[in-house]
Parts: sequence; C-alpha cells; structure tokens
Amino acid sequence: MERKEWPLWEVFIRSRNGLDHKHCGSVHAPDPRMALQVARDVYTRRMEGVSIWVVKASDIVASDPDAKPELFDPAEDKIYRHPTFYKLPDEVNHM
Amino acid sequence: MASKQEHTEYVLRIGDNALILGQRLSEWCGHAPVLEEDMALANMALDLIGQARMLLTHAGQLEGAGRDEDQLAFLRTEAHYRNLTLCELPNEDFARTVVRNFLFSSFQVLLWARLSGSTDAELAAIAAKSLKEARYHQQHAGDWVIRLGDGTAESHRRSQVALDYLWPYTAELFAPAPSDDKVVAAGIGPAWPSLEADWEAQVVPVLNEATLTVPARTPFKSFGKFGRHSEHMGHLLATMQIMQRTYPGARW
Repeated sequence: MERKEWPLWEVFIRSRNGLDHKHCGSVHAPDPRMALQVARDVYTRRMEGVSIWVVKASDIVASDPDAKPELFDPAEDKIYRHPTFYKLPDEVNHM
Repeated sequence: MASKQEHTEYVLRIGDNALILGQRLSEWCGHAPVLEEDMALANMALDLIGQARMLLTHAGQLEGAGRDEDQLAFLRTEAHYRNLTLCELPNEDFARTVVRNFLFSSFQVLLWARLSGSTDAELAAIAAKSLKEARYHQQHAGDWVIRLGDGTAESHRRSQVALDYLWPYTAELFAPAPSDDKVVAAGIGPAWPSLEADWEAQVVPVLNEATLTVPARTPFKSFGKFGRHSEHMGHLLATMQIMQRTYPGARW
C-alpha cells in the first residue's frame, strides 16, 4: 500500500487583537480546512490566540541559509541606516 | 412542580452522557492515528469531562444528600448511571468514534441550545458555556464523517459499518422518560422526543453528503438513561472508578 504523508502547514497565531500573527509551529493535515482545525486543537488549548493563519510549508519561499554572508552581513556596518542621528526637540522626546 | 429527585435525575442524564463519553474518548489518548487528532480527541474528552463536573456538582446540590462531583462520578454503581447507551459503547475504530461523536454532538448542540433558556439558572449557564464546545465537536466530527464516508473504499466501508452499529442506539436519545414530565412542565428542560426532528434535519444531510446509507428504524430499544446498561458499561466503570475505589477520597 502506498503511504502518503499529509502535507506540512506552518501555523501563525495572533495572541491578541492588534498584535501580529506570530509563527508558533507546524501541523500535518490533508487540506486547508483541516489544517486550521488541527492548528486550533494543537496550538490554542491554553488561550494562546484569537486568530490563526495556516500556510502550506511548501508555499513559503525562504532565503538560502548558505547565502547569509551576501544577504545580511553587508548591513552590519551601515549604522547610518538607523535613524539615531537626528536631534529631536524636547517636546517629542518620547518618540 | 418537579420533585427534587426528578430534577436531579434529569440533570444526571445530561451529566452522565458527558462523563461516560468523555471517559470513552480519553481512551484514544496516545493511540489516535495522528498526533493532531490525538490532541483533538483529548481536548474533546476534557470538554466533556468539564461539562460533567459542572453538571454532577449541580446534581449533587439539587439532591441535597451531601454528594459532590467525585462521589457521583466514581462511587455510584452501574444501575445508578443515567447516560445514554450510545455513550458507553466501545470506540472500536476511528470511524465509529467520529460517527458516534457526530451523532451525539449534534444531539448535544440542540439540547444545550434549548437548555440555555432553562428556568434552572445554573443549568442555563452551564448550557450556554457548553454549547460553544458542542458546536466545535459537531463540526470536527461532521468533517470527519464526510471525509471517511466519501473517502476510500475502506474508509467508506468502516463508516457504514459504524453507522449501522450505532444507529439503533440513537432511538434512545428521543425516548420519552415519564419521570421527566414534571421537569419539562416546569421549564427546566426539553422533552426528549421534541429534539428528534431537528436532530434528523442536522444529521441526515451530512450522512448523505458522506454517501452513507441511513439505516431504517427498527424495534430495537436500549435503556441506558433508565439505568439499564449494555455489557460494556461495567468494564468502563471498572477502569474509571478503580483509583477512587482503591484510594477512597484520593485527590490531586
């Protein structure tokens, strides 16, 4: 008998209204409807969330871990990209 | 006016359903076909046991004999349980488990909806909370019934075998209980036969979509809600009660 694995889904949960969905894990499920259902059962048992996204893991386009040097290292010495060199008037000090 | 005993018995019927099916579903813990479903079944078992705790506590208070939820759950003998026979039948396989969950949770959804308007305020509050849980159970089980029934040849066969086995026991859901008449008249809860038409209207379309054949009604009757249980009940109780019987009063 052929044994097929159910596809993998990445699960994102928004813990409260107004916050972002955060990646919290993954589940196996045959289709989107059941992926949502099992994500609810596996990841929201302790009131972790008010909204769930599931995304087929194979639909996520990820950067190549081997490309880290050329993708991310060049940003290391470009501190001028952080907006920390402006003098703010006292009135807006809490920005 | 319903007597204390009649009122207590009515609440016990509802609480024992949740307790006994919760116990059955908990048998899947660590054995379900996939991890995700293992968690789902355990969640539902815990939902049901949570409902049972509230209802048995309430029944104990109505009874007024000083029995709490633990004494009612663990120290009664078989003939004093008032659950439907449907709830105590063995799980057998995943198909029977989800078909039973679908048949039962559809019943619970209707019952909780009616009970949320109960003149018994405590019962109404329990019903309003439990209705949300039952709706999820119904959706979860209904999805599986369609998947398995309208799935492979083997999953269809198992689902049909499960439905054929369980269906005769569903007659008991709607069998009148004469001792509940005054409870119904007092507005505490619905008469059992009054739920049947709505139940069939919810259940049959899903079974049709699952390409399952709905069996014809037969004269078969079961009597769990009157305390006359199947041969499976004793084994279930032995497992469920052993801790409390071995270590009376044990708590954690």
